[in-house]
Amino acid sequence: MTKKSVWLSGPYLAWIVGFIVLPLLTILYYGLTDTEGGLTLGNVIGAVADPLNIKALGLTLLLATLATVICLGLAYPLALCLTKLKMKKKSFFIFLFILPMWMNFMLQMVAINTILEDNGVINAVLTFIGLPKLHIANTFGAVLIGMVYDYFPFMLLPVYNAVSRIDGDLINASKDLGANSFKTFLYVSFPLSLPGVISGITMVFIPAVSDFAIAQMLGGGKIQLIGNIVEMNFTKGQYHTGSGLALILMAFVMLSSLLTKDGAENEGGGMIVS
Amino acid sequence: MNNIIELRGISKSFDGEKVLDRIDLCIRDKEFVTLLGPSGCGKTTTLRIIGGFVTPDAGDLIFDGKRINDIPPYQRPVNTVFQKYALFPHMNVYDNVAFGLKQAKVPRAEIPGRVREMLELVSLSGFEKKNVTLLSGGQQQRVAIARALINRPRVLLLDEPLGALDLKLRKDMQNELKKIQKATGITFIYVTHDQEEALSMSDVIVVMAEGVIQQIGTPTEIYNEPTNAFVADFIGESNIVDGVMLSDCRVQFSGQTFTCVDGGFSRNEPVDVVVRPEDVDVVHPENGMLRGTVTSVTFKGDYYEIIVDIGGFKWMVETSDFVAEQAHIGLYIEPDAIHIMKKSKYSGKFGDYSTFSDEIETMSDPDTVDQKNEEGPAID
Ligand SMILES: Nc1ncnc2c1ncn2[C@@H]1O[C@H](COP(=O)(O)OP(=O)(O)OP(=O)(O)O)[C@@H](O)[C@H]1O
Ligand SMILES: [Mg+2]
Repeated sequence: MTKKSVWLSGPYLAWIVGFIVLPLLTILYYGLTDTEGGLTLGNVIGAVADPLNIKALGLTLLLATLATVICLGLAYPLALCLTKLKMKKKSFFIFLFILPMWMNFMLQMVAINTILEDNGVINAVLTFIGLPKLHIANTFGAVLIGMVYDYFPFMLLPVYNAVSRIDGDLINASKDLGANSFKTFLYVSFPLSLPGVISGITMVFIPAVSDFAIAQMLGGGKIQLIGNIVEMNFTKGQYHTGSGLALILMAFVMLSSLLTKDGAENEGGGMIVS
Repeated sequence: MNNIIELRGISKSFDGEKVLDRIDLCIRDKEFVTLLGPSGCGKTTTLRIIGGFVTPDAGDLIFDGKRINDIPPYQRPVNTVFQKYALFPHMNVYDNVAFGLKQAKVPRAEIPGRVREMLELVSLSGFEKKNVTLLSGGQQQRVAIARALINRPRVLLLDEPLGALDLKLRKDMQNELKKIQKATGITFIYVTHDQEEALSMSDVIVVMAEGVIQQIGTPTEIYNEPTNAFVADFIGESNIVDGVMLSDCRVQFSGQTFTCVDGGFSRNEPVDVVVRPEDVDVVHPENGMLRGTVTSVTFKGDYYEIIVDIGGFKWMVETSDFVAEQAHIGLYIEPDAIHIMKKSKYSGKFGDYSTFSDEIETMSDPDTVDQKNEEGPAID
C-alpha cells in the first residue's frame, strides 16, 4: 500500500473498528461472561435450553423462510415480465415497485396495520360485499404480510438485474437447439439467473431472521420472534442473556449466508454477474 | 437440385422502419449461400426469420415445400451459429455441444460418442471439460459450430461467424468451414459483409442493400456482371462512368465510342458502364482509347494501383509496369472488359475515385466496406 492509500483508507478503518468490530466484541464479551465477569458458556446454553427461546427460534425460521419463498415467488415472474417491457415503461414500473423503500418504515407498518385491522380496509370491503370479517391483525399472517411487503424490493432488484442481463441470443440458442420454452427456462434462463436469486434470498432471509420491529408492530406482542426476545433482554438490562441469544442468532445468519454463497459458486453463476 | 428454403415476399419493419422489403429468395439443397451486404442492410434479420426468432410482417417462409412461418424455432430442422456465438456460460464445452442431443432425446449411451466425433471435426478433441468462457475467440467459434452441427440439421445458419477473428485465423476457418460443408452436405446460409470471404466460399451470393436484394448469382456472375452500380462497387473495385448505348455492342462514354459485348438496350439509352481496374491496359498515349494524367501511384506488391484523371473523372487502374506520377498515358480497354448496366437509384453514387483515399482502404480490412458506404449517400 502506498502512503496515500493508507491516508485514504484511514476513515474507513476507524469506521470498521468503531462501528463494527467493537460492537461485535462487546456482544461477544457479554455473551460469554457472567455478571461477575467470569468466562462462561451459560448464557448461550441457557438460551438454547429455554423452551420458549427454541419456540421463538422455530417461529422465526419459519416466518423468514416463508417470507423469502413468497418474495421470490412474486418477484421472479414479475422480473420476467419487466424485462419484456419497452425501455421507457420498464424503468417506470421498476420505480413503482421499489417506491416503498423510500417511505419511512414506521409509516409503512402503521399503514399496513390500518389495512389489516379488525375494522380496517380489508374487513370494510369484506363486510360491504357481504362476507364475514377476517381476523388478521396481530397474528402470524400479519407479520408475514408485513415482511413480504417490506422486503419485496430487496428480492426484486437483484432478481430483475440477473434476469435482464441474460443475453437474448442464449435463449434463442437454446430454442434453436430444440428446447421448448419450459426446458429453456429450466436449463438456461433459471441457472443463469441463480446468482441474482441467491443474493435476493440473502437480502430477504437475513434481515427477516433478525427482525423484531415488524413482529412488534404487526404482531401486537403476540408474535415472539428471537429478535424480540433479544430486544426484551436488552431493554430490561439483561445484557448477558441478550448477548448469548444474539450470538445464536448471528450463528444462524452466518450459516445461511455461507450456504447461499456456496450455492452461487457451485452453479458457476458468479461469472455471469461479473 | 430442388429448393430447400424459399422466402416469398418477406417483409419486416422495426419501429415503423422497413428493414426487409419483399425479399424473394430460393435456396437449393446442399449449397453454400452467402448473404452479403453492408452493416444494417438486414442480413441478420433475414437469418433470424429463417431460424424462427423473428416473425415476418408479410410473406411466406417455405421449407421443403411447406410453409413454416408458424413453426417455433425448436421444431425447425435448422440450427444457428450466432454472431457472438451465444455459448451457454454455465456449461462446459461437452455440455454445450451435447445440449442439442439431450433435447432431441437421443439415447444416453450415444451422446458421448457423438460429442467426441463433433469435437474432432472442429479440432477440439480433449477440450470437453473446459470452461467455455475461458476459450479463445477461435475456439469458442468452433464450439458454436460443433454445437449447431451435432443435431445434423438440414440447414446451418451462420451469422458472421468469423467476424471476431484475426485475418490469419479467419482464412484458416474459411477453409475449415468449406470443408465441413462439403463433408456433411448440409446447406449453409452464411452472413458476412466481407466481399472477399463471400467470393471465395460461396456457391451463390445474395447481395443486399437497404433491405432489398440487389443481385443473386454465382461469385463469377456477381463479379463480372453486376446488375447495378451498388453491386459493382461493393464487390471489388470498379470504375463506373455514365455512358450512352448507341446500338447493340456500341457504347459511348468519356467522349469516345467503344465496342462492347452487351446488347438489348434501347437506342441512345443512358447506361452505367463498369470497367474493372485490372482490365485496363496502360499504353502509349498515341495508342490509347482514352488519355489522361496519372495523379497517384501506390505500390501494392505484385502490381501498382494508379489513379488517372481523364477529363475530370478519376479512374483506378492496376498495372504491373511502373508509371510515374504526372505522366501522360493512354488506356486501352478490350470489348469484353466493358460491362453495361441499366441506370438505377445507385447511379452516380459510386465508382469515381476522385475522393478515393488509399489510407481508408487499408486501415482495417473487414470494415473497409462499411466505411466506404457510410461515406456515400446510398446507405442512410
Ligand atoms: N430487434 C430489433 N429492434 C429494432 N430494430 C432492429 C432490431 N433488429 C434489427 N433492427 C434494425 O434493423 C436493421 C437491420 O438490422 P440487421 O441486424 O438485420 O442488419 P445486418 O445486415 O445484420 O447488419 P450487421 O452487418 O451490422 O450485423 C438495422 O437498422 C437495425 O437497427
Ligand atoms: Mg448482423
